[in-house]
Amino acid sequence: MKIGFRLNGAETTVDVTPMARLLDVLREDLRLTGSKEGCGEGECGACTVLIDGKAVNSCLVPVVQVRGASVKTVEGLAEDGRLHPVQQAFIDHGGAQCGICTPGFVVAAAELLERDPNPDAVTIREALAGNLCRCTGYQKIVDSVARTLASAEEAGR
Amino acid sequence: MMTSQAPVHTPASIAEALSLRAAHPEAWLLAGGTDIMVYLEAHAIDPPGFIDLWQVADLRGIDAGADHIRIGACTDYTAIIDDADCQKHLPTLVEAARTVGARQIQNRGTIGGNIANASPAGDTMPVLLALDAIVELQSEKRGLRSVPLADFYTGYKRTVMAADELIAFVRIPKPSAADRLHFRKVGTRMAQSISKVVLGGRLRFDGDTVSEARLGWGSVAATPVRSTIAEQMLVGKPLSAQSISDAVAALAGDITPIDDVRSTADYRKSVARRILRSWLETLAG
Ligand SMILES: Cc1cc2nc3c(=O)[nH]c(=O)nc-3n(C[C@H](O)[C@H](O)[C@H](O)COP(=O)(O)OP(=O)(O)OC[C@H]3O[C@@H](n4cnc5c(N)ncnc54)[C@H](O)[C@@H]3O)c2cc1C
Ligand code: FES
Ligand code: FES
Repeated sequence: MKIGFRLNGAETTVDVTPMARLLDVLREDLRLTGSKEGCGEGECGACTVLIDGKAVNSCLVPVVQVRGASVKTVEGLAEDGRLHPVQQAFIDHGGAQCGICTPGFVVAAAELLERDPNPDAVTIREALAGNLCRCTGYQKIVDSVARTLASAEEAGR
Repeated sequence: MMTSQAPVHTPASIAEALSLRAAHPEAWLLAGGTDIMVYLEAHAIDPPGFIDLWQVADLRGIDAGADHIRIGACTDYTAIIDDADCQKHLPTLVEAARTVGARQIQNRGTIGGNIANASPAGDTMPVLLALDAIVELQSEKRGLRSVPLADFYTGYKRTVMAADELIAFVRIPKPSAADRLHFRKVGTRMAQSISKVVLGGRLRFDGDTVSEARLGWGSVAATPVRSTIAEQMLVGKPLSAQSISDAVAALAGDITPIDDVRSTADYRKSVARRILRSWLETLAG
């Protein structure tokens, strides 16, 4: 089945099995391997992408459901060669260790920051509750998101 | 992992969805996919086909009328959480929605999918039972019919929905100012947890007297259930230490939890008794 959608701003058409997982189409057909598979069942958030601005687990979305939609992956967060402020904040504040969970966290955090540019720690923890990390113990991740606005302002970004 | 090769029908309107449903009664309805995709991942089965309701705009959205709030079956949890009418009139439904999975699930999972999936652990059903919610089923041949959620389940994962029907809407009477509402979910942690016991409650007061009682439960029987014997213990009198104890004791006749990987029957019974008592005692002041 031919399925057309916007992917990181560009019109894209794929010819795939309609029930294929969006995650597999992104990684295998479109070679965007930023989105990771941790669990394949909606528990870990490593596969998080934005569909029409909303964070979802791409391992749970059959690709047929994105026809006509706008999909943004971690590869599309940077604009004009500049990292998304939350990506920069993860670098500045040690939000990543092994990195496998990081794409999912920054995409989920990007959705949150779109709704609430200056969230408190409770809001951040709630928004990121669907993302698991085995390395950081979460505190540095929460700190990175909390400081995104401040560090972006400091850097004049 | 095996990718389903099944054909997917993609209706754009309710009318189209209903005629596809009539023509392909064996096909699975697909809404947010959060239950179905996990199921397909875990079971080596390829359904004969799917009807994708996700892009049927008429099945989505929240309409507040004078007496009822009507929610489209494909409305996701985030839409319910963000809706001003739900926040005002259905605070317990909003609370329940906030505990379903985490943000990524709330952005995708639908209220119709929760009801139709018929898990005894589904989080919205106890609240909807307490609110006397009505499921509006629709088919091409017979149009809309209304079934109280309390009559919707007939057994474990079985419902009264016919093979040519789908859930189109959930209609919820607005609680009155005389209603006291309650939602309590006991799980392992707040987000992302499948509940061990859920209670949705509504008591209506006429002065001091309880004039109506609704206690909806999750994970205490093969289906979401109301504890009607316990409810009766509360009606027609003021809340008192006696009526509360009677209701809590009556629960034993209402609920039939099981042992499973998440918990034991005995633990669930004692949690159910404890959370009911704790709510009623708070109300009694
Ligand atoms: C990680 C994770 C965490 C979860 N946490 C919770 C939780 O805390 N609490 C909870 O209650 N659930 C939870 N769930 C389960 C699930 O998200 C919900 O049950 C959700 O509401 C299902 O809706 P859906 O639209 O995704 O359903 P789908 O997967 O699309 O469909 C589910 C079932 O309903 C049927 N169906 C869907 N729409 C209709 C309709 N309009 N008419 C008739 N039949 C229909 C489908 O045929 C299918 O049988 C969780 C799931 C995951 C993956
Ligand atoms: S891989 Fe999708 S949530 Fe874990
Ligand atoms: S940084 Fe390793 S899993 Fe999160």
